[in-house]
Amino acid sequence: MDAVLLVTQFLNGMQLGVLLFLVASGLTLVFGIMDFVNLAHGAFYMVGAFVCASLTFWTGSFLLGVLLALPVVALVGIVTEVIAVRTLYPRDHLDHVLATFGLILIFDELAHLIWGPAGIAIPLPVFLRGWIEILPGIVFPVYRLLIIGSGLAIAAGLYYVVSHTRLGMLIRAGASNRTMIGALGVDVQTLFTLVFALGAVLAGFAGMLIAPISEASIGMGNDIIIMAFVVIIVGGIGSMKGAFIAALLIGLIDTLGRSYLDDLFRLFMGGEAAETSAPAISAMLIYILMAGVLAVRPQGLFPPKVR
Amino acid sequence: MESRSANGLMGKVLNLSFNGWLMIVVLVIFAFAPVLTEVFNQPFYLDVATRLVILAIAAVSLNLILGFGGMISFGHAAFLGLGAYSVGIPFYYDIYNGWLHFALAIVVSAVFAVITGAICLRTRGVYFIMITMAFGQMVYFAGVSAEEYGADDGLSIYVRSNFNGVLNFDDDTSLYYICFVSLLVALYIVHRIVNSRFGMAVRGAKGNEERMRAVGFNVYIYRLTCYAIAGAMCGFAGALLANFTDFISPEMIDWTRSGELMFMVILGGSGTLFGPFLGAAAFVGLDVFLSQYWVHWRLIFGILLVLTVLFAKGGITGVVANLESMLRRTRGRGSSAAKADGEGPDG
Amino acid sequence: MAEPVLQVSGLIKSFGGVLATDNVHLTVLPFETHAVIGPNGAGKTTLIAQLSGALRPDAGEIHFKGRDITHFPPYRRSLAGLARSFQITSVVQEMTVLQNVALAVQAHRGHSFRFWHPAAADRELIEPAMERLEQVSLAERAHDLTNALSHGERRQLEIAMALATDAELLLLDEPMAGMGIEESSRMVSTLQALKGEKTMLLVEHDMDVVFTLADRISVLVYGKVIATGSPEEVRSDDAVRRAYLGDEVA
Repeated sequence: MDAVLLVTQFLNGMQLGVLLFLVASGLTLVFGIMDFVNLAHGAFYMVGAFVCASLTFWTGSFLLGVLLALPVVALVGIVTEVIAVRTLYPRDHLDHVLATFGLILIFDELAHLIWGPAGIAIPLPVFLRGWIEILPGIVFPVYRLLIIGSGLAIAAGLYYVVSHTRLGMLIRAGASNRTMIGALGVDVQTLFTLVFALGAVLAGFAGMLIAPISEASIGMGNDIIIMAFVVIIVGGIGSMKGAFIAALLIGLIDTLGRSYLDDLFRLFMGGEAAETSAPAISAMLIYILMAGVLAVRPQGLFPPKVR
Repeated sequence: MESRSANGLMGKVLNLSFNGWLMIVVLVIFAFAPVLTEVFNQPFYLDVATRLVILAIAAVSLNLILGFGGMISFGHAAFLGLGAYSVGIPFYYDIYNGWLHFALAIVVSAVFAVITGAICLRTRGVYFIMITMAFGQMVYFAGVSAEEYGADDGLSIYVRSNFNGVLNFDDDTSLYYICFVSLLVALYIVHRIVNSRFGMAVRGAKGNEERMRAVGFNVYIYRLTCYAIAGAMCGFAGALLANFTDFISPEMIDWTRSGELMFMVILGGSGTLFGPFLGAAAFVGLDVFLSQYWVHWRLIFGILLVLTVLFAKGGITGVVANLESMLRRTRGRGSSAAKADGEGPDG
Repeated sequence: MAEPVLQVSGLIKSFGGVLATDNVHLTVLPFETHAVIGPNGAGKTTLIAQLSGALRPDAGEIHFKGRDITHFPPYRRSLAGLARSFQITSVVQEMTVLQNVALAVQAHRGHSFRFWHPAAADRELIEPAMERLEQVSLAERAHDLTNALSHGERRQLEIAMALATDAELLLLDEPMAGMGIEESSRMVSTLQALKGEKTMLLVEHDMDVVFTLADRISVLVYGKVIATGSPEEVRSDDAVRRAYLGDEVA
């Protein structure tokens, strides 16, 4: 096997993994605390990318664009929560799914209205465009390393917040016993809004990170949200740790599957058969993984202790 | 929906609820749709009606598991796709036999439902929603990576299913009536099922799963069977859809299609016999109507969807039933007739 | 001595090191009304959950009519003839009273893979169901939705459903919970009418009810059965008086 390809694909898998984590962590937070299923979570990923694109062109700087876009996405999250989502908390999951499905249509169409049907590519600043030699003879784009690094940093930050701060204490309390947070004398409504906005910002940030690579486009959120759902199902809905591990696992399996399944199949079937079946199977690999995990553990790998 | 209070046919008609009347009116309109479109010289609307009726069959099948069984499946479009590919793939190999196409559609869908259902039904609540959605996506990606059958671009079908002259799929009016009669049969099947012993077991499990287990029901096996029936029915609709559009593509299976089917069921009134048909009619009707006036009509669509969920509990059927009981109350009439509201079948 | 209907031996269940069921032995004889009492936190709920199959014991065995049912899921226990009522009332909300009972009948008469014939017109289901409703004096409410019932009536309905399964052993989890005096006395007379006809295992807080109905009583304290015997024997048992009755009877 080619070591250069393996390392490169491993890093690509990590990149997908951290992006998935950024989206899935918000999804799992919102579910864990508010018991709310948000299909429209991917919309924040898209909004992040578009807003960042506009602000990058306006300020002329990608970094400034990201910094300014973050509060904008938070605001979009807050407005969404206050206008539509808040009234849905007491409803059942079916209503959540349907209403947020409606929100997807609204967000996609608004993006269409504001930014037009075509995608927008964000130019990277020069110092992020280069390649770096990570191992002797193996080079990798700086920016992609930056994505992995910032994703991992945020994961570490979230871990700190959840395990060491008062907000984290409330989050953990909420995930295991929802009625308890109210009893702690916390303004539950504000807490919910904050958590929702935090989730939106995390997803939005992921969208900003990916935009220079694959451009901001309508519907980009709908592709990643499904994978994010697979992540939180595999990880155990409501579990931050589960989301992190499952996100990396799925990022790696998906990426490596696409490049190596072909070779793997050749070991025990003809070249042509491998060539035709490998793309189909590798596209389905993460769903097969999910089915396998759920068949053994219907609550996912790391279910929160008490529901 | 079925009035059960009256004696004799005459009494039944007189005692019909608003929803009962609505059902009759809609059925009559659709029974004469080809005539109406002919008279007004609007062949386009016969196309709309055919698509609507096919999607209504899919919605009726989803309602069987979602509305009556409480299984919130978000992957129902997968069956539509499996049914469509059961027509498209044989066509690709020059096999045009319609009996084979439809048998394949039903069997493949049922088998897929049993296999995936066996896994999905081990899970509860939101896990079930998401895993059904993920299995739907799995079928979608299988379609996308099937290079042989056009992958992303899909496959055009130049020859429709051939039933050796017994059924004519090539004539628009004939195809419409095949679809419409199929819908009526689907409605009748669902009506029988939900009122049978089997249906009572499935509906009981929706109402109180733990209780059903405690009285001795193996809930899992009844749900799985129900899931397979609904899958097969939707696969049948998919085979009709492929014939109608002369085209198959993975796009039919995308999870947003599943969301739309779900919306049809809820919009019309889930857990009622006729609701999904009304929902499909309203959905497709709005879709056609709005898209003529504004490019960004989906925005209105989304807003309507959110508003329906927030304010129109029970969908169209529920709203009509509420309206009726309100009217009857203000008129001071007895509440006996209003009692047979949106909740269709019962004993 | 007749073969016991229910034989629990060496049952153990712990939650994070705390023994909720500590080596419980329990024998329920045919046609007796056997009450399990104990202070709060004694492990009564955990015990019932294991008997009905909602919880898996860590160790021990449960034999029902000589069969080992320790690993049966709830529905198979019901099919074997063990019916339960729930501490928090549990009926199918969206259905009528009659439909609820008819479902219980249906579960035990043949299979439910009948897809075509309307269940509402199935005399095999409706007639026995009506009989059961008469038995608990709910017949006049047969066609009402269960939401329309009072709390007491719903409990009566639960008894009717348990009876409709033709169960030999009724597992009654605090049937008087949350009831007023009038409702309670109605339930007591319903149970009194069943006494001697069905075997009953009764978990109950209300001591008056227990001493009125029970043939034998087992006292559960901290997960252990500390005494079993007739009401008189239990009443005069020193260990019981110390551990439990002391503060209530004295």
